[in-house]
Amino acid sequence: MSTTYDEALANYEPVFGLETHVELGTVSKMFCGCGTTFGAPPNTQVCPVCLGLPGSLPVANAMAIESTIRIGLALHCTIARWCRFARKNYFYPDMPKNFQISQYDEPLCVEGYLDVEVGDSVVRVGIERVHLEEDTGKSLHVGGSTGRIHGATHSLVDYNRAGIPLVEIVTKPVPGTGALAPEVARAYVTELRETLRALGVSDVRMEEGSLRCDVNLSLNRVGATEWGTRSETKNVNSLRSVERAVRSEIERQSEVLSAGGRVVQETRHFHEDTGVTTSGRSKEMAEDYRYFPEPDLVPIAPAADWVESLRDALPELPFERRRRLREEWGISALDMQAALNAGAVAAIESTVAAGASPRDAYKWWMGELARQANERGVEVSTLPVTPSDVARISVLVNDGKLTDKLARQVLDGVLACEGSPDDVVAARGLEVVSDDAALGAAVDAAIGADPDAAQKVRDGKVAAAGALVGAVMKATGGKADAARVRELVLERLNTDA
Amino acid sequence: MADLTQASARELARLIATGEVSAVEVTQAHLDRISAVDAKVHAFLHVDADGALGAARAVDEKRSRGADLGPLAGVPLALKDVLTQKDVPTTCGSRILEGWRPPYDSTVVRKLREADVVILGKTNMDEFAMGSSTENSAFGVTRNPWDLERIPGGSSGGSSAAVSSFQAPLAIGTDTGGSIRQPAAVTGIVGVKPTYGGVSRYGLVAFSSSLDQAGPFARNILDAALLHATIAGHDPLDSTSIDAPVPDVVTAARAGDVTGVRVGVVRELNGEGYDAGVRQRFSEAVALLTSLGAEVGEVSCPHFDYAMPAYYLIAPSEASSNLARFDAMRYGLRVGDDGTRSAEEVMAMTRAAGFGPEVKRRIMIGTYALSSGYYDAYYGSAQKVRTLISQDFAAAFEKFDVLVSPSTPTTAFRIGERTDDPLKMYLADLDTIPSNLAGNASMSLPVGLSPDDGLPVGLQIMAPALADDRLYRVAAVLEAALALQWGHALIEEAPAL
Repeated sequence: MSTTYDEALANYEPVFGLETHVELGTVSKMFCGCGTTFGAPPNTQVCPVCLGLPGSLPVANAMAIESTIRIGLALHCTIARWCRFARKNYFYPDMPKNFQISQYDEPLCVEGYLDVEVGDSVVRVGIERVHLEEDTGKSLHVGGSTGRIHGATHSLVDYNRAGIPLVEIVTKPVPGTGALAPEVARAYVTELRETLRALGVSDVRMEEGSLRCDVNLSLNRVGATEWGTRSETKNVNSLRSVERAVRSEIERQSEVLSAGGRVVQETRHFHEDTGVTTSGRSKEMAEDYRYFPEPDLVPIAPAADWVESLRDALPELPFERRRRLREEWGISALDMQAALNAGAVAAIESTVAAGASPRDAYKWWMGELARQANERGVEVSTLPVTPSDVARISVLVNDGKLTDKLARQVLDGVLACEGSPDDVVAARGLEVVSDDAALGAAVDAAIGADPDAAQKVRDGKVAAAGALVGAVMKATGGKADAARVRELVLERLNTDA
Repeated sequence: MADLTQASARELARLIATGEVSAVEVTQAHLDRISAVDAKVHAFLHVDADGALGAARAVDEKRSRGADLGPLAGVPLALKDVLTQKDVPTTCGSRILEGWRPPYDSTVVRKLREADVVILGKTNMDEFAMGSSTENSAFGVTRNPWDLERIPGGSSGGSSAAVSSFQAPLAIGTDTGGSIRQPAAVTGIVGVKPTYGGVSRYGLVAFSSSLDQAGPFARNILDAALLHATIAGHDPLDSTSIDAPVPDVVTAARAGDVTGVRVGVVRELNGEGYDAGVRQRFSEAVALLTSLGAEVGEVSCPHFDYAMPAYYLIAPSEASSNLARFDAMRYGLRVGDDGTRSAEEVMAMTRAAGFGPEVKRRIMIGTYALSSGYYDAYYGSAQKVRTLISQDFAAAFEKFDVLVSPSTPTTAFRIGERTDDPLKMYLADLDTIPSNLAGNASMSLPVGLSPDDGLPVGLQIMAPALADDRLYRVAAVLEAALALQWGHALIEEAPAL
């Protein structure tokens, strides 16, 4: 941690909040029947409705409403019995109607929380609201150096994105996390992303913009009761950036405050390259969006029994799943975090289901396989080995048919696409030599070749047996069961004595 | 053959179905009439002669194949220029949309096409339907066929003028605060605002989404019912469209009956500010209803006094948002795009040049009413008034089957008479606004010429939501009784052009 950061936290308590926009993965748009495929040629997924042509009218997408309610339920929210869409009025060329159909004072879901694990502790992040709205089109500014509107000669607008259903998830302010604030913020977005993925409502690809974050942050003097003025940082579109943006704002605001200045309420832009934020437009003169209930749409009144049936049908959520697996596997929160970060949780779970012990399954995926994946620069889950392969190898080891060393060779064979573990054992002749007669001869040979070591063992220096075991292992090409070899060595030397 | 333009829609459909005349002849007769008189009236902004004749030919071919023809097959119609018709210019009476050809049909147009109705062209209107005289059109005033120095009502003044000058037997208008009923009243024809949600708004360029409703103009009750039945019905493209069977308005119009029907005369919609001639004709019509067997009583709807101010907050608020899309970016007028100005500057310059003064006035009122700090006092209070007005209607409809009032306080005023006084202009919709705020069904039918100035007077009938058939049941009887008194239909007294 830098001095600036440490100083900031010595003097100030950070309070952050996150607004996350999630593009739902519905087949059609929010208020019309147009498709939602990412990357289609510009302005090919448009119609009079999403282009906002005069006379056109919106009709709400029932699947989008259902997905939003499911998100609300997963975030432990209360679902509104009756609510309306509202118009948010402002002029911008990428917004075809110059108003966005959104929700204002009657969001679909309110008052929930998401539990987030950081290290060994759990932070409960309050959810203020979850609401449904339509996305805008995408502007492309041409001719400037930065791709921003400043300096551009002209702009192009692609309305393919206009009208894609967008869910906005707003946290309550999160105080009390101190120096961990950046990490908690990141963990929240990670957990939210996992939750949305488990619900199957969005592909949650931050790099394609289907999950986008705004980070609000304020500092207050340690011990103060009132919160400071907050900044709102836009463009925070990767997990790492969420962490960096919080940290950068803590440092920046602390410097401003320590120099006797005051934090301006404003929108700021996060720059991926430098990791700092720069000032956007001031919000001191807040824009008046003139919200009012959308008169072209009827209110949403989800039936209570329907909401309950959605609640009953929710999948197991990542937080609960991890807690269950941790208990079943007997591992620490940190080990689980490591498996989560490696993307290995599902593979481990399947390996256990295929007959391996949780301990072995974890060891293989987070050890040898993680190393292999790392060497190849791929996700562990994409290696050409199945959980049942791993389970089979683990069984072979436990049955004494493979040593750890042999098992790694079998795995190499499987990864080289030589077939199943049994195929590789057979083809490469890797089975452990456990025939006592054959081993006995090798042991005798080793004793004969190293009489000094043998004498030491006879004299009671059991540690000296290692050299003899090593010799036998070498002689058998590593295929012998080292423990059995050791037993035979000790047996013979005691017998001789 | 007698003048085809004098015939009713039902008669024209019969003549075409029996082969006595062709649809092409009927269409051509109306196109000729347009050529002959529309230079004086200026009902049309765009005459689609080729499209109309093509549609008429298709009807004739269909008949020659022996296919079944619908009840309005081959009948010409004038379409208010606020509804989209694929590839036909749609301006909404505004410079800002000049040159725009929508790429899609409104649902009303789709239903008209499916019914083989022949669309002659698009009619003039107050810009974006904001006005009561059609003087707010960017493309010049429309004149009242009864007196060319007077207004044809508004905002659907082109449609009312087209029907009353025999340029079309039928027209479509839209009614946000009276824009069908008031023009019908001052031009001596029938105009109906169906129950809100009864006719799809898809493709109706929105002025005030929660109030707008398309409906029929005709020279008699049965023609209006036939057109009403053609355009009504649930539309999955309009969320506010009612998913319920369309009331059988045609049967009601054929089998008019007021025996035992309880008719409530609304106390608040009469008295001071009403022309003596209007009051006289209204009283006579009410007396006639009594003599025909209706049970007439008086009813008080105290909150109707606040309908006007509530309307002039709600409608402009929604309009300020609905009209935001006209920004030069995607279609319509573009001003100031010289390669140096920003998108914001081009938007501002285009809107400054493209909108007329009344539209700007309402955008400003609406923007103000929705702005932070004023929302509750203005938009919020107006919505409360709206609820109270609905409650007044509900209470009144417990005692009465239908309610009646004059359709508008005065007969057609002179062109230019109220253009400098918006408040006076707004009074033209005093009687009609409550039905828009409550969303119930309402109609204006001619009940005579004012003894003051010899101009038509309309009577408004109001029925509960989804009881549109009651309007026709009562109106059919009144129409027949009045025609018996006069010895002919009122419209036959209109001066030749």
